[in-house]
Amino acid sequence: MRFLDEYRDADLALRYADAIRAATTKPWTIMEICGGQTHSIVRFGIDELLPSEIQLVHGPGCPVCVTPVRLIDQAIHIAKTPGCVLCSFGDMLRVPGSETDLLQAKAQGADVRSVYSPLDAVRIAEAEPDRTVVFFAVGFETTAPANGLAVKTAAAKGLENFSVLVAHVLVPPAMEAILGSPDNRVQGFLAAGHVCAVMGVREYEPLAAKYRVPIVISGFEPADLLQGVLMCVKQLEEGRFEVENPYSRMVQSDGNLAAKALIEEVFEVTDREWRGIGSIPASGLCLRESYRAYNASLLFDAPILANEKEQQCRAAQVLQGRLEPRDCPAFGVLCTPESPLGAPMVSSEGACAAYYRYRSLNAPRPHLPAPGGSASPLAGEGKPASADEPTPSKAVGI
Amino acid sequence: MCLAIPGRVESIEEASPLERFGRVSFGGIAKQVNLAFVPEAGVGDYVLVHVGVAISVVDETEANRVFEYIAQMEELTELGGSP
Amino acid sequence: MNNFHCPFPYTATDFVQLSHGGSGRIAQRLLDAVFRPILGNPLLDLKHDSAILAIPGGRIAITTDAFVVHPWRFPGGNIGSLAVHGTVNDLAMSGARPVAISLAFVIEEGFAISALAEIAQSIRESVDRASVYVGAADTKVVERGKGDGIYISAAGVGEVVAVNPILPTSVTEGDAILLSGDVGRHGAAVMTVRDGLEVDPPIESDSAAVHEPVLAMLEAGIDIHCLRDVTRGGLATVLNEIATDGSAPIRIDEDKIPVREDVTAVCEILGLDPLYVACEGRFVAFVPADQAERALEVMRQFDVAKGAVRIGIAEGTKGRVEMKGRIGVLRILDLLSGEQLPRIC
Repeated sequence: MRFLDEYRDADLALRYADAIRAATTKPWTIMEICGGQTHSIVRFGIDELLPSEIQLVHGPGCPVCVTPVRLIDQAIHIAKTPGCVLCSFGDMLRVPGSETDLLQAKAQGADVRSVYSPLDAVRIAEAEPDRTVVFFAVGFETTAPANGLAVKTAAAKGLENFSVLVAHVLVPPAMEAILGSPDNRVQGFLAAGHVCAVMGVREYEPLAAKYRVPIVISGFEPADLLQGVLMCVKQLEEGRFEVENPYSRMVQSDGNLAAKALIEEVFEVTDREWRGIGSIPASGLCLRESYRAYNASLLFDAPILANEKEQQCRAAQVLQGRLEPRDCPAFGVLCTPESPLGAPMVSSEGACAAYYRYRSLNAPRPHLPAPGGSASPLAGEGKPASADEPTPSKAVGI
Repeated sequence: MCLAIPGRVESIEEASPLERFGRVSFGGIAKQVNLAFVPEAGVGDYVLVHVGVAISVVDETEANRVFEYIAQMEELTELGGSP
Repeated sequence: MNNFHCPFPYTATDFVQLSHGGSGRIAQRLLDAVFRPILGNPLLDLKHDSAILAIPGGRIAITTDAFVVHPWRFPGGNIGSLAVHGTVNDLAMSGARPVAISLAFVIEEGFAISALAEIAQSIRESVDRASVYVGAADTKVVERGKGDGIYISAAGVGEVVAVNPILPTSVTEGDAILLSGDVGRHGAAVMTVRDGLEVDPPIESDSAAVHEPVLAMLEAGIDIHCLRDVTRGGLATVLNEIATDGSAPIRIDEDKIPVREDVTAVCEILGLDPLYVACEGRFVAFVPADQAERALEVMRQFDVAKGAVRIGIAEGTKGRVEMKGRIGVLRILDLLSGEQLPRIC
């Protein structure tokens, strides 16, 4: 596939890994906030290619994971209402609410339908006028244009049986919350490339300046992520703190003006609770008053169920990059995808689930650390240093 | 976020500005995609598609950046430039 | 089957009714009108409670499986052909020549008779191509709402041809791991139809019988240690089952696993990993390393295995599947919990 495969080239990735190694003289902690980037990093083993001085941490980048429990409960309540169809993206179906999840509700007879696009939900509403169709509109800014378009399309068609349950979250406020917390360790960011394709890069400039952190807009393929890390490391080593955009094939500085205009028209900023983290001011989107007729939060009751029973789940620490999934005492023991303690282990995008699924072997690293040693206080995390090695394909002996 | 894939616009049909649809091909298969947010995209262009909606047009002149950058870095290192 | 005319006296019987599943005359008529004409063979036509087969070899393989695919029809096949291929393949995986299968249909009231006829026709074509008999058939009808259109339960018997036991526990360190072709087509085909991801051209399922390349390998004297057909859960699941059941070490190379471009595209769009997407006409074979080339040569003579390749080696840690990923990092390829769900992120 063009504009995809080229950036998965193994040689290209290894050249970047070498350059990162050459550029790194001190330990650095870099965060990415994007479930898709987390998934890619763990799936391709990108973090294994980095020198041990670089710690790549995962932020609250999974919109599915951070959707508040009460909204999931409301979605389940709507699904169980006779005459209702609850349409949702596939990966929301298994995220636990207070008592159950959408997939279990479906198994018990609720009309829950997985859709690829919010526009599919509108089509269902058109095709089934005697049913009340509600779309569970989750996502970061990347998904907001599509969700907003669904609302506008329904309005243009005069549909009276369609509404959306909005659970949108915004990235920059989350970054600010992390950077602004007193024990923050994050020194640089990889910004989510597709969020920026919609929103542009401008809103990151004040963050970089205020907190003096480099922010590099990064894509999702191995070469893109590694380029992002390299540029971030170089800024850190050189004491710069700018916003850089190497993902310029997809991201323009001002983003997508048509998409932003539609978001502005349909949504407004609101305070939002992030599951596992707490409330972050002005970090979410809700429907504007003018679109009240399509607002499922107002059209349906919100059941008040028992508080989250997730005391054992350290999602808050994982989502803020303070705890690596594998370091959580419950990881793989009390907490597995089959019996999860919290959302990051359930959602296929969650950091814990990604690590569980793509557990690496701590196999011998493909390249040596720089000779002469960049021995740093943070080295010696247990990654084995080994003698001169052949390239990976030979090391594995297939 | 999030999962978005580049595809090539093969044809376009516009019933209204909101209902501007394109047949977009991804590695041999084609899918109907909403192009309302990329009015400047034409047949032959590549667009970035997320949940059935195009959110950006691929700037092909920038597509080689990731290859050029590493080449530059390697050259600098060879020339003994700052790592 | 557009011009299939139901010979029932009532025009209302374009759809299956509850009485079709009973023991009365109407039930007999369903069998007589739909199944017998299409599936009929000397065994079935005896109308006995069971069929008698003569199996010379002395060792019999028996298998059973239930088929509940929804929708019942997908590009490249339907639940009927799936049932035949699945059963034949399970027998082949034990090194047995498939001889006969039996089919039990559980049909939901209201299912279209024309659909039933289409499924029966597909079964007929599949069994004829695979040279097996339908030895027995049964139908039951359940109330509307209590079934998903149609379910098929199939059992098969075969004559064991392999000399040595073909089992996960027979996997030996150093064995070559072969894969009969590209993966993920069936799951991608079903998902595109079911989840409304219409793609053009539609992706066709790889549903097929694979006993011929297996029997040919046995005939050529290949000492096959283990066979497993890749079905639900995809290649990764099957390899994990073998690793666990046989306490065997498995290490594969992601670059060597063939995935067709259109399947890759669908997986990319939905955020799925092709290694976990279902196939219905593919198998893995573990053979001694020095017989790998010969085995591949034999397999590739058959259309259904013409894309056969070597993907790995039985090496590493017992009970675990390791995979060298696309950019060279080695990781564990684990089982998924539950079904893969499409991602947005």
